Amino acid sequence: MTTSHTEIQSNWTWQDRLGAVAVRCAFRRMRYAVTPGLYAVNDPGADSLVFVSANYKLSFDHLRCSLTGISGWILVLDTKGINVWCAAGKGTFGTEEPVRRVDAVNLKDVVTHRQLIVPQLGAPGLAAHDVAKQCRFHIVYGPVRACDIARFLEAGLKADPAMRRVQFPLRDRLAVVPVEMIGSVGKAAALAGLFGVLAIHRSGTWSWQGLYPEGVTAAGLVFLAYLFVSVIVPAGLPWLPGRAFSLKGACAGLLGWALLWATGLYGRASELMAWCMLFMVMGSFMGLNFTGASTYTSLSGVKKETRLAVPMMAVGLLLSLGLWIRACGIL
Amino acid sequence: MGLYLNNVVTLQLDQDLCVGCARCLEVCPHRVFSMKDNKAWLQDRDACMECGACAKNCPKDAITVQAGVGCAQAVFNSWRTGKTECCCDASCCGGTKKDKE
Ligand code: SF4
Ligand code: SF4
Repeated sequence: MTTSHTEIQSNWTWQDRLGAVAVRCAFRRMRYAVTPGLYAVNDPGADSLVFVSANYKLSFDHLRCSLTGISGWILVLDTKGINVWCAAGKGTFGTEEPVRRVDAVNLKDVVTHRQLIVPQLGAPGLAAHDVAKQCRFHIVYGPVRACDIARFLEAGLKADPAMRRVQFPLRDRLAVVPVEMIGSVGKAAALAGLFGVLAIHRSGTWSWQGLYPEGVTAAGLVFLAYLFVSVIVPAGLPWLPGRAFSLKGACAGLLGWALLWATGLYGRASELMAWCMLFMVMGSFMGLNFTGASTYTSLSGVKKETRLAVPMMAVGLLLSLGLWIRACGIL
Repeated sequence: MGLYLNNVVTLQLDQDLCVGCARCLEVCPHRVFSMKDNKAWLQDRDACMECGACAKNCPKDAITVQAGVGCAQAVFNSWRTGKTECCCDASCCGGTKKDKE
């Protein structure tokens, strides 16, 4: 058997950065894959370490670029272009794939040691002891963040507790905002349209005069609420009251509503109540959605809160709609 | 102390089976485990996000957990379609989980 590998650079190019933006916004995700196989970084030798990566380009780039000044091998597994964590959850980053890939690239002839450094977030997918049994390569779990790799190596392949911990810092929370917003823009538009159309009647009759400012203002306000909760839920996650994301979201909605109330744009009680309900429901929805982006919600917990929150959101939405219909003098 | 809901996770540890290899401490992203008298113990059970890494990597099968992705959209989809939850499409699990190495 022959062994072959590809030489690669350990720095970011502008194409990489541009691609990272595109992939984050979920464009062309499936095509953003790296060919599985063995890659050489900074002229590695037979005793250089082997780092395992998914064939998702962002995972690969992060790893590659944290190896500046370090020579090593990168073993790219076929994870169907998905990142390590999600691939581990799906089982595409499992016990079989590393065993198969180690064999396919003939790794035992490339390096003299028998060690693989696997990103810790790959651990949900594979059983380290089974990999060792099947291909004689022992797994050391590397740090959660690729940027900690240098320190991990300096410490003699030891990760301190902070390196093992998944965080959810402001930057990461805000990075998901566009994706979350794109995901629910249709629903927001539908709500804005509905409230806007109903608002036309606020002047007392169904006439074109009601379209502006009444209709447009109401529709715009729904959109503003959508923008507001989409940013405030992620940004304020640690500080919003409650633990359930739906509750945090409702609080964000309430905050937005308080700001609306302060503007005095709507003065009648029934109007204010309609908006209050709507803002809270929208916030709650965005909050619940955000469980998917968060790095610490458990499936059992999400199931529990979804079961409770969804009916409450449905009731809240109907109430808000009813109040708005009344406020617009339709019934 | 966990940040998310209390007393919901399905994580269980059978200390009698544990041989103290500390693999679970190594793989857990939320510092749920700690060592005491050469055995693992659950120092912060509520912090568990049910990723399943510990159960999968415990060589003695001392840990059980119903692993899954804590994503409301996935839960909702699974209720609708009757299939098991899975995230990772464009509309789901945003980008944070994806960008981490
Ligand atoms: S991985 Fe299993 S055997 Fe090892 S310390 Fe944890 S519970 Fe004990
Ligand atoms: S399932 Fe994941 S988060 Fe929970 S204890 Fe195990 S490794 Fe930690």
